[in-house]
Amino acid sequence: MPDALLETASLHTYYGTSHVLRGIDFKIQPGETVALMGRNGMGKSTLLKTMLGLVRPRLGHVRIWGKDMTRASTHKIVRQGIGYVPEGRGIFPNLSVRENLVMASRSGPDGGGHWTLQRVLETFPRLQERIGNGGWQLSGGEQQMLAIGRALMTNPELLILDEATEGLAPAIAKEIWRIVREIRDTGIATIIVDKNFAALLPLVDRSVILVKGEVVYDGPAKDLNAQRDFVHQHLGV
Amino acid sequence: MDIVSLLIQTLNAVQYGLVLFLLASGLTLIFGIMRIINLAHGSFYMIGAYMAFGLSSGITETLPAMIAVGLILSFFIGFILEWVFYAFLYQREHLEQVLLTYGLILVFEELRSILFGNDVLGVAVPEALAGSIPLTATLSYPVYRIFISAACLIMAGLLYYLIRHTRLGMMIRAGSHDRNMVQALGINIDLLFRIVFALGFMLAAFSGMISAPMTSVSPGMGNQVLIISFVVVVIGGIGSVGGAMVAAMVIAFADVFGKLLVPAYAGMFVYLVMALVLLWRPEGIFRKG
Repeated sequence: MPDALLETASLHTYYGTSHVLRGIDFKIQPGETVALMGRNGMGKSTLLKTMLGLVRPRLGHVRIWGKDMTRASTHKIVRQGIGYVPEGRGIFPNLSVRENLVMASRSGPDGGGHWTLQRVLETFPRLQERIGNGGWQLSGGEQQMLAIGRALMTNPELLILDEATEGLAPAIAKEIWRIVREIRDTGIATIIVDKNFAALLPLVDRSVILVKGEVVYDGPAKDLNAQRDFVHQHLGV
Repeated sequence: MDIVSLLIQTLNAVQYGLVLFLLASGLTLIFGIMRIINLAHGSFYMIGAYMAFGLSSGITETLPAMIAVGLILSFFIGFILEWVFYAFLYQREHLEQVLLTYGLILVFEELRSILFGNDVLGVAVPEALAGSIPLTATLSYPVYRIFISAACLIMAGLLYYLIRHTRLGMMIRAGSHDRNMVQALGINIDLLFRIVFALGFMLAAFSGMISAPMTSVSPGMGNQVLIISFVVVVIGGIGSVGGAMVAAMVIAFADVFGKLLVPAYAGMFVYLVMALVLLWRPEGIFRKG
């Protein structure tokens, strides 16, 4: 089997004395779409941050394209082809919409550069309308579009979306899901964290459920539909 | 006061304000973006002045060559300094930053003493700029002062362009807001900060370099400008380059016209202005976020 795009092996991460990740094995292949699920505080965001080197694990490994990047600096890790949309979006309020996009622009790890400013603006017509506005002037939905657009400007092989539609009005959330589907169809692998399982599950190939820092489920998303009790127990839906 | 003297004093104030701005903009960039209190900033100014002395005594023939070599050299020194010393200060307390940067002042003063001695030195005004423009039968204005103003304006314009209109400037502004997010977009934040620091060093050294022919090149010259640079940064609003420009002009005019109108209180006039501005706006004129 070829190397996974990104893989973690028995990852243990602590915040002080609190043991947040307890031996996570996680894998994503090129082009795959994975839902990362679990209640609040189960370690989803911490797992994503540990993958990116924003939080350092105490034990275990992060491999990207088979290469050990556990101790590599964050910018080197994401330059392997990762676009990151954090919880809270991380828009730069002191930059304009255009500047938020342009500052992140680079070609992908293979030197490819399909995502240009023009293509991002075609995907998000709303951003085109607000191109000269400051980041601080955007609504939550616009910020999320900008954060996704900015991640695409790095021409990623893997897009990580933490809390993709949190706090967004249903109509805006629907628009975000449409965009996520569009991005998935271009062949970019995606890891999505979201609380709206009804919208999320039809979109993904595989689901991973975290409980107290451990993986309790890793399998096809469609199989979860048949296991209502299990899902209810671990996700509270 | 007649109109010609008023013009002369105004030109003096503008020139002083522009030099102050370059000094303070480096300080405010380093503080606003990297959160480092850099007491050694005055020493950077001094290094620039001694660099002008060293380079002009035989190494570079013309002023443009001296400035070019000086700028490259100072960027390089700033880059190395950040790497060796300042990079370790980001996660530290302000007290530790003050201790290290104060220590650097002592080291730089000692190095200056070893290399150039403790005498007051002079740098000649370049011949092409040595003349004066006659204004009346008895009053004239030195060309070199106009040159300083012009050079500072060009530098300020370049700085503005860099910060507002280049990708590097966008990254710098983004980095001042959210370091982690900038990294997570694949940008080497350590290198970015090193460049900002080197730019700050270069601006201070440039001010020292072009001021050298006007003032004397002497021990302790950095300490005099350090205090006034901090005054400008505080009045302008910490981290605001635009604020530094306005504040530098306010301070320069207060200083020049204070000396003229109330000579007895000239020494405290600038600080009085600072106190008044801070009473009115405790965060400085251009408060940030």
